[in-house]
Amino acid sequence: MPVLWIVLIVFAAAAIGYAVARNRALASAGGNARGLHSLPSYYGWNAVLMVVAPSMLVLAAWLIVAPVVIGWSVAADLPNRDAMRSGDVSLAMSDIGKLAQCLTVGVREGAIPPEVARGASLEGTDIRETCADLGIALGSDVTRETLTSAQAYRAKTATSALAMGIAVLALAALGFGYAAMRSNKDFRARNVVERGVLVLLVMAASIAILTTIGIVLSLIFNTVAFFRLYPAAEFFFSPTWNPSFGGGSTLGILPLLWGTLYISLIALVVAVPIGLFTAIYLSEYAGPRLRAVAKPAIEVLAGIPTIVYGLFALLTVGPMLMAVFGRDGIGWMQEASSVMTAGLVMGIMLIPFVSSLSDDIINAVPQSLRDGSLALGATPSETVRQVILRAALPGIVGAILLAASRAIGETMIVVLGAGAAARLSLNPFEAMTTVTAKIVSQLTGDDDFASPEVLVAFALGTTLFVITLCMNVGALYIVRKYREQYE
Amino acid sequence: MYDTRNAERDVTQNEIKMSARKCQVFYGDKQAIIDVDIDVEDKMVTAFIGPSGCGKSTFLRVLNRMNDTIPIARVEGAITLDGEDIYDPRVDPVQLRARVGMVFQKPNPFPKSIYDNVAYGPRIHGLATGKAEMDAIVEKSLRRAALWDEVKDRLQEPGTGLSGGQQQRLCIARAVATEPEVLLMDEPCSALDPIATSQVEELIDELRESYSVVIVTHSMQQAARVSQKTAFFHLGYLVEYGETGQIFTNPRDERTESYISGRIG
Repeated sequence: MPVLWIVLIVFAAAAIGYAVARNRALASAGGNARGLHSLPSYYGWNAVLMVVAPSMLVLAAWLIVAPVVIGWSVAADLPNRDAMRSGDVSLAMSDIGKLAQCLTVGVREGAIPPEVARGASLEGTDIRETCADLGIALGSDVTRETLTSAQAYRAKTATSALAMGIAVLALAALGFGYAAMRSNKDFRARNVVERGVLVLLVMAASIAILTTIGIVLSLIFNTVAFFRLYPAAEFFFSPTWNPSFGGGSTLGILPLLWGTLYISLIALVVAVPIGLFTAIYLSEYAGPRLRAVAKPAIEVLAGIPTIVYGLFALLTVGPMLMAVFGRDGIGWMQEASSVMTAGLVMGIMLIPFVSSLSDDIINAVPQSLRDGSLALGATPSETVRQVILRAALPGIVGAILLAASRAIGETMIVVLGAGAAARLSLNPFEAMTTVTAKIVSQLTGDDDFASPEVLVAFALGTTLFVITLCMNVGALYIVRKYREQYE
Repeated sequence: MYDTRNAERDVTQNEIKMSARKCQVFYGDKQAIIDVDIDVEDKMVTAFIGPSGCGKSTFLRVLNRMNDTIPIARVEGAITLDGEDIYDPRVDPVQLRARVGMVFQKPNPFPKSIYDNVAYGPRIHGLATGKAEMDAIVEKSLRRAALWDEVKDRLQEPGTGLSGGQQQRLCIARAVATEPEVLLMDEPCSALDPIATSQVEELIDELRESYSVVIVTHSMQQAARVSQKTAFFHLGYLVEYGETGQIFTNPRDERTESYISGRIG
């Protein structure tokens, strides 16, 4: 039974359960809603929870776990399992999975006779070609063993789907019966629904946390795999980045890290003063009418996709800088892509982040502090400098660090604006590249996934993650240290 | 009923420090102050009393042009300090506020050390030439605000860490540090407990020796205790203005009598 049908049936049962439970509760109080412990709708919602929650949880768990278990059991039955290395097993399993899929599709389209799918031998048909016609590419020719395994795979999947349907529907029915049975006037449905809501909210919160943990773990495992193939000391301290996809490459992170930090630094030097001054002007000086127009206009900058900023860097800022600092000008610049190009454009991208956040923070400084300073005869700019910025400092530091995190993680502007050369240089008019740009180029190559040239992307990602994590922890520390309490 | 001894003690005619003639204040289309005429005397405490929303705080903010910071507020009429019109375009409101200091309803110490809070005004006005002179100003101001003994060993700690009463006295020390001629106080004790209130009231009585003090208060007992002259505001009008003893014992206007005896307000 397809999953969609199971879900629809469960929800239909929930809707019926709502009505049944509500009516049973009302009937037990003699039709008088005042005689019930909870409002009638709570009995209905209790039934919905009882029907939907357990069955959908089991459905989700089954869908995640079943393919893994079936894969294991099929792999365990592979004829020459002991002689294979782990890579070979995963290749074989991938073929088996594809072949099983191809058999299913083929039977449905009529291209493959059902006997073949179920267990007949291979004689006389070229399965690989048939599959290719159906749009499924198999890695190698189909052997007798592969076909047997695929047939077993299909049989087990079908059994599993049937069992899943029965289990989920049985649970829904049990929940239905239980809720309907409990719906009488003394049952505290309101409290049960309240607890159900709490569980729902906790689950929503834990999904975000669990996903983060999952991402971190996948980064760490792949990073460990990389360091098995490549010495860590060379990765962290080698001043050369020279991947060659045939092997024997030097993968030093230093030039990439330097490029990242240099570009981010220039971006922050552009964005922090401009953004902060904008925020001060908007919150302290501008009238309400100008503010109503200017603030959204600045925030539009934040909505521009970074690829557009990248084009702006490539087509406008780069050539402009070339005209001044290039061969026709001062002669510091060799090509339009440079640290300065990417840094300037990234700075423009960050202005709305800094200004919008700082504006909110400055507005949160109590008016009484402004009045106190003005009443002592301070000018508005003295008030801003000595009182408001000091009171808003923790928040502003947070805003700057947030902008810095974005600068470090930015990719598109760098790819288009900074060039692709990994280089350790102090000249901001030379092309350099960053960690993120290199992660893209390493992962999009045609190389074997298990090679250090590809796995290095995960090591780069982990390093980047650790840097931004340290920055966030540092931001929290600064914020705590300087936080002043206001009413 | 009221402790008016203090007020009756020395009511002598002093010089007029600030005065208002035909003062009107508008917030947008709404008029908050209507035709107020008043003379605030030097070296004397003047109390503004009246029900909430009667315009007394608004009028107080007219006296140091703090209403300038509210975009929709508009002030008309002649307001003078020592005979000069303070709303004259040639007058710098920043300089004016150095001469007419203000203490607010809620204590609002800056997020700085106690020392820097007091030194804030003198620093921006360049009143001290060196560290020693600044130390002296800070000490003198804190002594005047009766706070010195409590904070002299922790001048570098943040002013926001003090108790509510101490914070308010710190704000008073901050206001007197710039040596203003007039000190405006907008319900300075409304956020304080009775002990801190009595400390601040004693302080106000001492400040009278050097400054003209104008205090807005909701407590009629407080007005009776600390002021020599009292002005009663109602619905934007200045209803009655006279010696504190007279206002509280023998008010001329019916509305004043109703208010002080608790029938309106």
